[in-house]
Amino acid sequence: MDKTIQTAAEAVAQIPDGATVMIGGFGGSGAPIELIHALIDHGAKHLTVVNNNAGNGHVGLAALIEQGRVDKLVCSFPRSADPSVFVECYRAGRIKLEIVPQGTLAERIRAGGAGIPAFYTPTGFGTDMAEGKPVEVFEGRSYVQERWLKADYALIKAELGDRHGNLTYRMAARNFNPIMATAATTTIAQVSRIVTPGGIDPEHVVTPGIFVAGLAEVPNPAQEEELNRAEAIYP
Amino acid sequence: MIDITNIKLSNAQIAWRAAQDIQDGAYVNLGIGFPEMVARFQPDGKQAIFHTENGVLDFGKAPDPGEEDWDLINAGKKAITRKPGTSFFHHADSFAMVRGGHLDVAILGAYQVAQSGDLANWSTGKGGIPAVGGAMDLVQSAKRVAVITDHVTKKGDPKLVDACTLPLTGVGCVTRIYSSLAVIDVDAVGFVLREKIAAISIEDLQSLTGAPLHRDGPVENLACPKELA
Repeated sequence: MDKTIQTAAEAVAQIPDGATVMIGGFGGSGAPIELIHALIDHGAKHLTVVNNNAGNGHVGLAALIEQGRVDKLVCSFPRSADPSVFVECYRAGRIKLEIVPQGTLAERIRAGGAGIPAFYTPTGFGTDMAEGKPVEVFEGRSYVQERWLKADYALIKAELGDRHGNLTYRMAARNFNPIMATAATTTIAQVSRIVTPGGIDPEHVVTPGIFVAGLAEVPNPAQEEELNRAEAIYP
Repeated sequence: MIDITNIKLSNAQIAWRAAQDIQDGAYVNLGIGFPEMVARFQPDGKQAIFHTENGVLDFGKAPDPGEEDWDLINAGKKAITRKPGTSFFHHADSFAMVRGGHLDVAILGAYQVAQSGDLANWSTGKGGIPAVGGAMDLVQSAKRVAVITDHVTKKGDPKLVDACTLPLTGVGCVTRIYSSLAVIDVDAVGFVLREKIAAISIEDLQSLTGAPLHRDGPVENLACPKELA
């Protein structure tokens, strides 16, 4: 078994127009910048993107939005140091926004990956977020029904990967990446280094390879924060 | 109406007061922005363990400029550091900690707090772009939800109100308010005044509050370190 893909470009080449794509990361931490930029080069459009945020500056997710590829964004917090790209698209009516409380977003993704179509959460009860959703009382407390979230593709960033797709992460860059890996039909990981099977202690594997379709090695991956400090613009 | 400009507590003093109530060993989440300041004032001998929603527990202080590692940030996207005892986890685990009731305290800012404990702190309702983050999860599920806030808005309107007029973050969730003038609990009867600064009378404090201030015992003096003013 060898899930290795030679380049980021090859890794995203099959993503069709209209796909739902989960993109890992929390702000720039854990964002698969090289895969996002490869997706821009690839040209797929009318995408629905699931991410915690809405991009920062003119690189990564912000660049994907700026290129007009995203019809709808599902996120919890569309603010950043420089959210100008998203704000302009949103105000012009070129992008739809679905706001989801952060923990509900995480659990909807987890549920999608775990085959659980719906669940009840206390989050959002009595607020605008609960509008139109079933509410039930359990042990005297009210809970709102939320539904799973799944995707055609997940683009994630990990630290080490072996050719079976077993992955580790680096510090807080883990965030949404392991759960998104479970919730997509096809999960593509960029990793800083590919090691031979056995090169990751099984005790340290965070994402088992069953969730990963392919992985591309991107040594020294770009950090969104550093690109923005250098005022980078992609493409 | 009384002018509170020169008598109200500074943000640092409010944060200091809130920090005094955090028990040793408590697991604590601080909202981004002003509430993050609470971490600076942990009393000697009490060690809180801070949680940040993006997936870090028990993190260290901010790194020196130039020493940032952008894989290691907090929920406010600011660089932090690791220390002995730090742990990393993914988002579903992070919010299992929140939603599962494992956090002892969450401290957040507020646009409005109602006497029922309802909190509005995520949307000004003015057609801005909505952004909620983890606030709705935190306020419904932490064991104790406290608010730190100015007592009134910049225009002088009460932030402690009869009923919130802005979109709610959570219902009946806030149990204590640390304001720039007072410490107020929220219980079944509504706002209960616990402490106030010496420079304001109860009558004047009531005039700046949008719902009745109840008393069920002595009102203590709210004294904070002067050097934080």
